[in-house]
Amino acid sequence: MSHRQVFGVSRRQIIRGLLATGAFGLTAKLGTGCTSASTSTSTAGDSGGGSSGKDEPITIGFIYVGPKDDYGYNQAHADGAAAVAKKFSWVKLVEEANVPETTAVAESMRSMIDIDGAKALFPTSFGYFDPHVLKLAKDYPDVQFFHAGGLYQEGTTPKNIGSYFGYIDEAQYIAGVVAALTSKTGKLGFVAAKPIPQVLRNVNSFTLGARSVKPSVTTQVVFTGNWAEPIKEAEATNSMADQGIDVITCHVDSPKVVMETAEKRGIFSSGYHANQLALAPKGYLTGAEWDWTNIYSQIAEEMHAGKKLMDGGIPHILRGGLKEGFCKVSDYGVAVSSDTKQKADAVKAKFMDGSIVIYQGEIKDNKGNVVVAASESLKQQDPKLEQMDYLVEGVIGSIGS
Amino acid sequence: MAEGLGWWGVPLAIVAGTMRGGTPFLFVSLGECLTEKSGKINLGLEGTLLTGAMTAYGVSYLTGSPWLGILAAGLAGLVLGSIHGWLSQQFRVNDVAVGIAMIIFGSGIAFFFGKPFIQPSAPQLPTLNLAGSNVSPAVEAALQISPLFLLGLAIAPLMKWFFQSTRWGLYVRAVGDSPDAARAMGVSIFKVRMLSIMAGSFLAGIGGASLSLYYPGVWTERISSGQGLMAVALVIFARWNPMICLWASLLFGGAQALGPSLQSVGIKQGYYLFNAAPYVLTLLIMIVTCSPKRTLAGVPGALGMDN
Repeated sequence: MSHRQVFGVSRRQIIRGLLATGAFGLTAKLGTGCTSASTSTSTAGDSGGGSSGKDEPITIGFIYVGPKDDYGYNQAHADGAAAVAKKFSWVKLVEEANVPETTAVAESMRSMIDIDGAKALFPTSFGYFDPHVLKLAKDYPDVQFFHAGGLYQEGTTPKNIGSYFGYIDEAQYIAGVVAALTSKTGKLGFVAAKPIPQVLRNVNSFTLGARSVKPSVTTQVVFTGNWAEPIKEAEATNSMADQGIDVITCHVDSPKVVMETAEKRGIFSSGYHANQLALAPKGYLTGAEWDWTNIYSQIAEEMHAGKKLMDGGIPHILRGGLKEGFCKVSDYGVAVSSDTKQKADAVKAKFMDGSIVIYQGEIKDNKGNVVVAASESLKQQDPKLEQMDYLVEGVIGSIGS
Repeated sequence: MAEGLGWWGVPLAIVAGTMRGGTPFLFVSLGECLTEKSGKINLGLEGTLLTGAMTAYGVSYLTGSPWLGILAAGLAGLVLGSIHGWLSQQFRVNDVAVGIAMIIFGSGIAFFFGKPFIQPSAPQLPTLNLAGSNVSPAVEAALQISPLFLLGLAIAPLMKWFFQSTRWGLYVRAVGDSPDAARAMGVSIFKVRMLSIMAGSFLAGIGGASLSLYYPGVWTERISSGQGLMAVALVIFARWNPMICLWASLLFGGAQALGPSLQSVGIKQGYYLFNAAPYVLTLLIMIVTCSPKRTLAGVPGALGMDN
């Protein structure tokens, strides 16, 4: 046997061992560490000039399901996060984009907690919640999880999970008012992803807003079947433009395609998620935007003051609309007349002082059934609205597949 | 736009859809047709399509010239194709497995380098306006044809001619049908397959450019939504004939437009079914044209073989 032996280990075994370690290291790194765009923006902690010893940095993690600059849902959250980091020097922001709703998000959260030392996490996509956030919350009882969506249940959900979401349909209602007053044909279009309650609520509120100023207006809804279907979204917009529809809005992950196609066809558009004025400078009327800056700042400040979800210092359910600053209406575009602006601002003022209820009876669905009785007045918090399964009168379309 | 088109909107959308949505299918399927004629399968064209779309958009944005973007997309495809061509011809390497790896690689590359290009708007390809000035805006919009579509239209018969009537076409067919005969002719199987795969990927890259620079004209990570894979299936469906690839691509492009346009004229039921139209169509035609008596007509003899 002429094999050289080092400490009784053959060369073959050493090479094998090295290879195995290398491969393990590589896969482990691939699996967790370098998932796409993991940028950490740390703001210099001493920029405040050492005002007090309380200014120890808090690390907050944000996780997005798509890219951070998609003119859509993720960008709205990322903008809010960036604003918080800018506002408070003691916030250290850790972000990760393009995290699918699989065990990948559990890994991301775990490494944010273990490696970056995050004290609070904001997994912003709906599908992260069950089972990933639930599981991680049990594993890390000291970390606070804030989830965007209506899934908190008193008693069953762990104490360190909070839920926040905005009533963006209030902004859609105002966008509907603007759309109806600007439209020449009286036909509005809505490109929607899936017939789920949140989407239907936006379609209905948009239509109710439109019909509150012009009862003859109709909204044509087209479901594309999924959150990101660029070609179908473009086809839907084109088809609706062919039908004489002259204002189009949408509820899809990234409204970019819809806005640009509408602009190309020379019709008006109304945005969603974020401000899309830059995409359609001529036809952009207004839009329903999220405004997460307020809510994120509020949570960050409360955490800074030592409050916690676990002891009830921070409420588990945070909800709000225009009044509470959870969402906002885009600045009006050039195509909106001053008369329309006035009327829309009047409606907005009513939302601000709380004197308007969108789902005020009597409301019929588009098959003629009464869905909200004349005596009923469903406020935004009403759980009935979270189970919406109808399209109101004036919407052309059907939710049945 | 005073009034709507009503029911006429559906055929119009389908016709427009064939030209708008069919272009990427056309390029990818022609590319795959060339590749498969040489006896190798390149499933990686899905990744190539994405890389092409990203490259075209990025280059068009950075240089301001969409034409340069198209060229860059083709070259990016060429590079991916050369990787596939080399890998899939190694000893005991399966081309389907390599293709799947290339899907992941191509899309990974596209997502990685595509990050900064999601938000900006890149200059789009100019379109040729076929309609006169006195038609309604709806028809005018439908008849804005991309030069890429015309290019694809020209490539299909050209490729048929190439296979039928040129010496090089014969080499490709020989390598794909009977590598032993080709070897006896003194043709290098490796080189022919390499070049075929590279040329095919070049076309697929241009198909990607058509997605991001013409229709729908944005770069997002979900822009292809499986079109690359569908185009690969389409080649089988077209029996490896470039002209049938052309018709099949148009059909699929038109079928994509069916769901949204039917909904917009007020057909309320079954939109999931209409959205699935391209797939249903494939299944139907496969069933109708299959026969228990023979294998697929026109399949290259050595396709997917280990040689």
